[in-house]
Amino acid sequence: MKSHVWRPAFVVLALIVLILIVRAFYVSKDFGIWERGYMYGFHRKSNEDEWKAFTVKYKSAEYCKDCHSDKYSSIMQTPHAVIQCENCHGPALDHPSDPPKLTVDKRRELCLRCHYPLPYPTSGRANIRGIDPEKHNPGIECVMCHNPHKPSLEGMK
Amino acid sequence: MITRRKFLKNTIAGIAGLALPAAGAEIVSPRKLFAARNDTISGPNVRWAFLVDTYKCVGCGLCVKACKLENEVPYDANVTRTWVERYVLTKDGRIHADSPKGARDGFTTSKIDLGEGRFHDIKKEDIDKAFFVPKLCNQCENPPCVQVCPVGATYQTADGVVLVDRKWCIGCGYCIMACPYGVRFFHPVYHVAEKCTFCYHRITKGLKTACVQACPFGARMVGNIKDPNDPVSRIIRTERVSVLKDEYGTRPQVYYLGISREVI
Amino acid sequence: MYVHGEAWTIKELFVLPNEYIYWSIQIVMYPFMTGLVAGAFVLSSLYHVFGIKQLKEMARFALVFSFALLPVAMLPLQMHLQQPQRGIEVFMTPHFTSAIAAFGIVFSTYGAIVASEIWFVYRKHLVRTALALRNRANKRISEKIQSLIFNALTLGVYDISERALHQDEKAVKVLAGIGIPVACFLHGYAGFIFGSVKANALWMTPLMPVIFIMSAIVSGIALCMLTYIVVMEIRKFLAARKNAARLTHQTKEEIKGIEINVIKMTAKYLLFFLIFAISLELLDLIFRGYTAVKTWDILRSVIYGKDFTDIFILQYGVGNLLPFILFLLPGLTVRRTLIGVILVLFGVFMMRWNVVIGGQSFSLTFAGFMHYHLPIIPDSIETFKEGLFGALLVFATPFVLFWILNKVFPVFGIEESH
Repeated sequence: MKSHVWRPAFVVLALIVLILIVRAFYVSKDFGIWERGYMYGFHRKSNEDEWKAFTVKYKSAEYCKDCHSDKYSSIMQTPHAVIQCENCHGPALDHPSDPPKLTVDKRRELCLRCHYPLPYPTSGRANIRGIDPEKHNPGIECVMCHNPHKPSLEGMK
Repeated sequence: MITRRKFLKNTIAGIAGLALPAAGAEIVSPRKLFAARNDTISGPNVRWAFLVDTYKCVGCGLCVKACKLENEVPYDANVTRTWVERYVLTKDGRIHADSPKGARDGFTTSKIDLGEGRFHDIKKEDIDKAFFVPKLCNQCENPPCVQVCPVGATYQTADGVVLVDRKWCIGCGYCIMACPYGVRFFHPVYHVAEKCTFCYHRITKGLKTACVQACPFGARMVGNIKDPNDPVSRIIRTERVSVLKDEYGTRPQVYYLGISREVI
Repeated sequence: MYVHGEAWTIKELFVLPNEYIYWSIQIVMYPFMTGLVAGAFVLSSLYHVFGIKQLKEMARFALVFSFALLPVAMLPLQMHLQQPQRGIEVFMTPHFTSAIAAFGIVFSTYGAIVASEIWFVYRKHLVRTALALRNRANKRISEKIQSLIFNALTLGVYDISERALHQDEKAVKVLAGIGIPVACFLHGYAGFIFGSVKANALWMTPLMPVIFIMSAIVSGIALCMLTYIVVMEIRKFLAARKNAARLTHQTKEEIKGIEINVIKMTAKYLLFFLIFAISLELLDLIFRGYTAVKTWDILRSVIYGKDFTDIFILQYGVGNLLPFILFLLPGLTVRRTLIGVILVLFGVFMMRWNVVIGGQSFSLTFAGFMHYHLPIIPDSIETFKEGLFGALLVFATPFVLFWILNKVFPVFGIEESH
């Protein structure tokens, strides 16, 4: 058809072709439909590896126990055995190379996370002994008197 | 002059001719569209799932702290991948609930946070029941957040975890709107959609998620629902568990023990 | 470092930690502007397809205005993106299970249709201007550029024979015919974007797309009338000043006569669509109250409580009822129409506001609320983009574009090409 009426259609076609050419260069080659189908699995595959390569920061007590075996075995005898070292000492990362020293959180607020008394029936919180922070030696760090690695009253400093 | 024009014309037509079918096929290939729709049964034998025991949770918020540090969500920003809610049901039949700062610092007061700097104190005698509910991404089997992403920047992996491609997300916020659980937000630094990944970098290495590891009371567990011997899988199969907002048809994969009807 | 949404969201009672008003003023502007585009086009098509002669004067105007509005439908979306530079990805890797992905396709299709239609309507004018410019000797730089633009716009066709022009006319009719469903689809799917969000209790209703289309047509007609009146007033003013000047072909009285006729005719269509839009909105409201599912408690406290003024006073009262009375009172004048259409536009804007902001003003917990505070002083990119000035920028752009477009496609004072 030689009619001029089709001219705008050619312009549109040219634009579509342009977009598809740009797409061929712009979009990563591994972008496509993967295991979960088009609805849930349409993505750039290499992104999964990017997420897998994210840095692990919390290493768990298993990582600490070889070098700090004394601390590890002592806390294991106490009710605080359930608490991971890193909850108070901070994430280990590649300690001792990086960071060489961890910063311990000694604030009262850390202890109060569990030891502020909330007698909630049906919740485990009701079974933990608590103190009223406004009456119980306010302003003083708990570790001044209590040894977190030996929290029982015999362990008082 | 004519030859040069001809040359250009041919070159452009050539590139277009090569790129067009390839790119077009990439956008809609019926074979790929219909394949792998229900591949969870026939596919890989890992499907991550989560179990929360709300009886065990004490609301210490150490999970939230660990999550923020592990996953580099700015510590002081008022957004979080996981959080803990407190429900206090009083004798007058009222429900009081809050989650100040997502319980990053735990619950160290009996006062309920009402927002706008107001608080409501509840006397011990008035409480019928009270408990804590940890929340995180449900890694739904039918994730509505993925369905609505216009560019394929968020997706579900073969083992069922929903991730966001930070290099491809345009930041339209549609996924945040589509999530019935409110787990998504914009990352304060990267300004793309952000969500719980079940610590994908950890679970794929055989580690526990940061929140599971940080929990002193075993209130959180992560496991492979396709492995019949997995503790999480066993509890889900053999005990009375529930999920959140199943009326949305999302088929959430975070299971709860001891949840009450007041929990939304 | 900032948390998106924190600057303008205030939380009350039990709201989840990650909940903010993520879709703010620009997403109010988006369906509002898209609605204007769709409405303007439907208005122009009423003449081209159904041959409603009384709308002839308005039709060409509405068509060009619709084209001027077109990029502006995209602008608010672009401005609300956290990564605006990646917006192009919607064309690169469209994910069609998302209502937004359809935007790229539908919007482009619609753009192509409107552009083609304008091309056919103005082809005679383009060719004549192009030829005149080409044959002019000793061209200045500006004229050379002009010549280049006009010659490019002819797309290499200089045939303006009777036969060719007849073909143009047929093409316009076909395009306008295809254009109506596409325009409705363009806006209907904007409604679909909201209506399909199952997580949002206020948005989720199958009526949403239809409600959006109806109010879109209402707002589109209203804006065309508004702009038409303004343009006509300017022409009257010019006609009065340079009565004998060569620029205008008509006297002040002639213009006035045409003006009121066109306005009366258009006002009828406006009223028709307005009734339809309100009926649907009320149906939706009544239905929600009657069925009263789980979410109704929180919705009721938003609709009849927190947002009562916005919904019932501003939207239905000032935006719908008042203009309704203004139009129905006998002896319609230009001034009364002007007030009426401004109120209608305001009403439609408030409807978008109440849907978009209202839908985010309650928490997913159904036990908390969020309040939106529109950022006025732009103290950062974020508060500019998603603040008062960002919205004003979006609102002003189509008028600037129309002014530019009018230089190439003059709306008034050229001979009909068909």
